[in-house]
Amino acid sequence: MTSVKSLLTKPWIWSFIGALLVWLATIAFTGGYGAGGMVTAALSLAVFTVIVGVGQMFVITLGPGNVDLSLPANIGLASAVAMKVMDGNDSMIAVGLLAALACGAAIGAANYLLIWALRIPPIIATLSASFIIQSIDISYGRGLQIKPPPGFADFANRQVLGIPVLAILTVLFTIGAAVALQRMIYGRSVLAIGQNIRAAWLAGVNVGRIRFLTYTLSGALGGIDGALLAGYFRGANVDIGNEYLLASIAVVVIGGTSVAGGKANVPGVWGAALFLVLLLTMLNTFGVSAGVRLLLTGLIIVGVITAAGGQKAPR
Amino acid sequence: MRPEMTAASLDTAARTSAERGALARARLLRGLLPALSLALVLLAIAWLNPRAISYFGFSLMLNLAIPIALATIAQMFVIAGNELDLSIGTFVGFVGCVTATWLKDAPLIGAAILLGSIGVYALLGALIHLRNLPSIVVTLGMSFVWQGLAILVLPKPGGKAPDWLLGLMAFKPPFVPFPIIAALLIGLIVHFGLMRTSYGVILRGSGGNPAALGRAGWSLLKTKIVLFALAGLFGVLSGMALIGITTSADANIGNGYTLLAIAGVILGGGEFVGGRVSPIGAVIGALTLALAASPLLTFMHIPPDWQVAANGAILIIVLAARVLISRKER
Repeated sequence: MTSVKSLLTKPWIWSFIGALLVWLATIAFTGGYGAGGMVTAALSLAVFTVIVGVGQMFVITLGPGNVDLSLPANIGLASAVAMKVMDGNDSMIAVGLLAALACGAAIGAANYLLIWALRIPPIIATLSASFIIQSIDISYGRGLQIKPPPGFADFANRQVLGIPVLAILTVLFTIGAAVALQRMIYGRSVLAIGQNIRAAWLAGVNVGRIRFLTYTLSGALGGIDGALLAGYFRGANVDIGNEYLLASIAVVVIGGTSVAGGKANVPGVWGAALFLVLLLTMLNTFGVSAGVRLLLTGLIIVGVITAAGGQKAPR
Repeated sequence: MRPEMTAASLDTAARTSAERGALARARLLRGLLPALSLALVLLAIAWLNPRAISYFGFSLMLNLAIPIALATIAQMFVIAGNELDLSIGTFVGFVGCVTATWLKDAPLIGAAILLGSIGVYALLGALIHLRNLPSIVVTLGMSFVWQGLAILVLPKPGGKAPDWLLGLMAFKPPFVPFPIIAALLIGLIVHFGLMRTSYGVILRGSGGNPAALGRAGWSLLKTKIVLFALAGLFGVLSGMALIGITTSADANIGNGYTLLAIAGVILGGGEFVGGRVSPIGAVIGALTLALAASPLLTFMHIPPDWQVAANGAILIIVLAARVLISRKER
């Protein structure tokens, strides 16, 4: 009993409970039909939100005002870069993935360069960067029918016993991210900066380097996400990352990470991503129109944050 | 940032009068920066295509300046209270859909819906204050809500603007194009309300030092409600102006305005925290962005692919210039 109680005090458990409730409501509606398939589909789609969500989580943990608004443009450009480098050729998959990773990391580094050199708020820096990245993407990917190599598309869609391979790899990745956050100097420094940037600096944390690494990490994760999305949906396009601006921020906050910074939660990102994907599946199963679906999604996000709110958060 | 500010204010006390003069010049330069950047963009346009600098050219280039300026003012009120509204774009779209349907077919119901939506904004302000919620997330959720409502009101692009609105937006005054007159009016009215009245000072103070204001007996709940209601009001005006120009609506028509409005406030000299905003600057910022995003850029040999980038580049250049000036200010 005590273990259950201690489990309920964890901030991330609620997003999983929410996901479970939504799943139960849906299979109650279908009479149990498609229960397993729904989990498989939810896992495959949640993966993409989790990957960028973890990047966004590290950025948001740096403190108020830190947020990466360039992720959608980054995902779009990286998906085009990956597909172009792979050029439909199975032997180039690894090179293409590396190219997408490098492209994303470069965007992240450029973001921090703007923040540091111009001393402007990260919101505006990543916003102006995203305008420019978007243009580069439109110009670079123009009129190209870019398809992933067959091997890569198969890999992105492969399942083992109903569990997507990408989901297994992403679970391993998030375990790594959780260890980095709680047990490594890098993660502890990110948390320290988020709690009090001046205290962290006085304590000898290399604030500039950690922030640089964090924005680069977020960019690199966006790049990888773009390549995987292009593989999963069998093609790259400029708008492929659009929904991940809102989704990446939403999963971080619903998952129990503080918007005021200094408090992060990795498992919550998974719970919140599953919750959002299952919520969409549920509303689709109920056969509601696009308008009602958006309306309910919004009301549920506001409702969840109101119920979970009350913490000190300047913004 | 705080420690630097304290250091700066200590420095100020020790400054000689000559240094104070230089400081005042740097401040003036900083205040003029939004106008300077607008002038630069205009010069660039005049150099690339002299024929654009005419009554007709400006009417065309600044076509969408009025709704952008109104949305920017809406965002400015929210930023003045140290919050951020990520839903203003989809809200403008929702207002547009209501304007092109209900407001034309049943004006009373349409007006009631729009007034109600301003009330929703006021409630959001109250909710954010009472539950101490991050406004980024609440407005993020609301952006879905407005978009959903917009699709429910107008599932397919269409509808038609009320005739009086079409007439108003097609107004052609002599000598000076309507968008310029309207932008001036908007800027001056908001400037007077926010910068020259005593409650305007309280509103800005709620962003500058909420604790001090609260201890002085002012209701922070009320200031937040007023700021959000004003944002809702100007969002409604923006959506109506937009439909007056485009004549018909689409549920996605306002989506780009969220980020444009934030960029406009910052370009106009606003800061994210501290209640430091400038209504006239915000309008100038919106005009600069409207010019930079204008379809006329196409005729100036800037390929359409790079028009979005032009917006980003202008933002970065202006902010870089501001850093140079601020360095002098220290």
